[in-house]
Amino acid sequence: MSHEFQSFEVKPLPAKFKKIAYGLFFIGLVLSVLAFVVDSHRALANYDVIIALLVSVSVGNLFLFSIEYLSGAVWSTVMRRVNEIFITFVPFVFVIGLIIVFNTHSIFHWAHEEAVKTDKLLQSKSPYLNQTFFTIRYFVYFFAWSLFAFLMTKNSLKQDESKDQLLTYKNSKLSAVFIPIFAITLTFFSIDFLMSTEPHWYSTIFGVYYFSGTVLAALSVLTLAIIFLYEKGYFGNVLRRDHFYNLGALLFAFINFWAYIAFSQFLLIWYANLPEETFWMIHRWQNGWEIFSFILIFGHFLIPYFSLLSQQAKSNLSRLKFMAAWILLMHYIDLYWLVMPSLYKEIVFGWIEISFIIFAVGLMLVLFIWRYNKIKNLVPVGDPKIKRSLEFHL
Amino acid sequence: MENKLLYSIAATFSDVNKTIDAVQKINEAGYKNYDVHTPYPVHGLPNAMKLKSSKLGWVTLVFGISGALFAFLFMYWVNVFDYPLIVGGKPFYQLPAYIPVMFEVTVLSAAVFTVVWMLFILFKFPNNSHPLIDTDYMKRVSVDRYGISIQANDELFELNKVKEFFKSLGAEEVFEIYYKVDELQDRPKIFGKKFISFLVLTSVIVSAITYFVLNQLLFMSPFNWMHKQFRLNPQTSTTVFKDGFGMRTPVEGTVARGYLPYPFKGKPADAEINLINPLLPTEQVLNLGKSKYLTFCSPCHGDYGFGDSRLKGQFPNPPTLHSDKLRNMKDGGLFHIITDGQNVMPGYASQMTVDERWAVVHYIRVLQRAVNPKESDLR
Repeated sequence: MSHEFQSFEVKPLPAKFKKIAYGLFFIGLVLSVLAFVVDSHRALANYDVIIALLVSVSVGNLFLFSIEYLSGAVWSTVMRRVNEIFITFVPFVFVIGLIIVFNTHSIFHWAHEEAVKTDKLLQSKSPYLNQTFFTIRYFVYFFAWSLFAFLMTKNSLKQDESKDQLLTYKNSKLSAVFIPIFAITLTFFSIDFLMSTEPHWYSTIFGVYYFSGTVLAALSVLTLAIIFLYEKGYFGNVLRRDHFYNLGALLFAFINFWAYIAFSQFLLIWYANLPEETFWMIHRWQNGWEIFSFILIFGHFLIPYFSLLSQQAKSNLSRLKFMAAWILLMHYIDLYWLVMPSLYKEIVFGWIEISFIIFAVGLMLVLFIWRYNKIKNLVPVGDPKIKRSLEFHL
Repeated sequence: MENKLLYSIAATFSDVNKTIDAVQKINEAGYKNYDVHTPYPVHGLPNAMKLKSSKLGWVTLVFGISGALFAFLFMYWVNVFDYPLIVGGKPFYQLPAYIPVMFEVTVLSAAVFTVVWMLFILFKFPNNSHPLIDTDYMKRVSVDRYGISIQANDELFELNKVKEFFKSLGAEEVFEIYYKVDELQDRPKIFGKKFISFLVLTSVIVSAITYFVLNQLLFMSPFNWMHKQFRLNPQTSTTVFKDGFGMRTPVEGTVARGYLPYPFKGKPADAEINLINPLLPTEQVLNLGKSKYLTFCSPCHGDYGFGDSRLKGQFPNPPTLHSDKLRNMKDGGLFHIITDGQNVMPGYASQMTVDERWAVVHYIRVLQRAVNPKESDLR
């Protein structure tokens, strides 16, 4: 069970990968700008979905990162550097998300002053849902996320050089502070960016619903990146079946968690049958939107559930790679399903949506390459748990 | 060693890595029927033994799916066929409401039947005899040694060869393990006399102790909230009200449903003008009137209204109902007399309802017309 010493210094990514990434990014950028010119309302709504997706990927990875420190998990230590690559997306998401903050009028009904004047419900919700407070909250969320992302990745990188065990302790403490802040900020972020597109609706479980999707998205990009790097040989021979099995098992667990929360929300609304709650579900069950609802039931739960059910499937790399990409797509559709039916009565899906998907994928790849080129070691070599992590057995 | 057969050659090892290496070498040598015993789960051992992954997962899957199906079909049968009840305005067949129950039954049935299958099918419970049990070898490997046992029924098994093989692998001690055939077949009998009497005795003792402790020592009445309610029974006193009466009188001027007070008390003239018989003289009404007349009126007025009392002078005889005065009196007048009374006659308002009194008025008209028919009636 001995490992010969090997270097974990990063090797440059293949040129073809870079070409594809930049190509996708520029095609997506051009198409998205074109979309803004053609139909700014729909483009902004799509942009809102994309921002929520990027928050899922970046902040969700920050959550996984803190959970590793808090639980003292050993298996994921080898993969933590890849985690950190996604965490560093947070400030970029903040910058591109500002477009939503300064254009609330286009997608949020509560931002229409003349509508609020005649609407009793919106008036009573206006102390929370107003432009000033919305902007303040946006800055608070991203300040908190960026702060913790910066502090914790800095400590982790510093440890590579200094091999100081105290840094692990520091990060554990930071994680303990971060988790409750994460719970509150992510809940309110989901209310602001997703739920408030339909300001008349009520749901007390919405924050948890978004959280379940967030963890899934974060896990699936992590799985995709790790399998990509592993198959290109960048990880050497340090990863084995047991590491991948844990990734698959977590994906499987959170698929169940998502279904549990999604069904809980639906069941309560269906049972209580209150008009102020049911109309939201009814919108999503007519005028073509039911297609998306069915895609979610099957694509977001049943298909991944049965694909990852067996023990072998959880460590089968090609299966895992496909399911991770599939779940990422399903998370996008989930977010789209949350936002778009509130703004469009009839089903809409076309080149605008696809161009924003290309933009998001391209942006993630470009940021990934940018960050990947800056780090020195692909594995946190200074972590005290690293030896146990390399020798991890189920 | 008479009557004893060789089960296996077993060896103990002191080091876990040496054990895993030994297992790999045994595998390479081609032995198939061997087993490894360790005092705690050793990671990597199943891989070294090249064990296939357990098939138990399929049992879990099958029982999980059957649990879900059973729950669904059962609820469907109950809610749609056996006892359809409307709950919360929902249809009888309501899938969303079934799903939580289906989920729970799936988990329960998968978990319980996996354990049951494992115990009774894979471990062959209650058979607990195995040649390795109660050997020196087993005593060592369940404390501080790792052990490998190669069975005699393996194709490559040769006593001395295996012993030397173990020694070459670095074994500490090598054991020969024998077993008796009849010992192995001596299974505990569930329906044996001893076992059954033990079971009966235990259950009697346990029940007796339980009964004594729960019903005599620490009696707690279960569910006393059904027969001890915060409620006043009729005719009981209370401290809630100042006067101490549990039963309250209704507010002054309260009128019971269907019992409006009679407005013409002591005013026969007004009653005759204002009251009109609301009933039509149908057969049903006349039968009702007849029955009430015979019950309440006939003792004094006689069966046919001639004033021929059956009471033989205990009360003064009333005048006949066939006088001109009464024949020409309007229905309202007669109703007033029945309700309010007249001279010696008391009012019958408390004995007969309003409709019954009106029906009696109709019946009196029938009697009057029978005694003094119209010309047309006689034709």
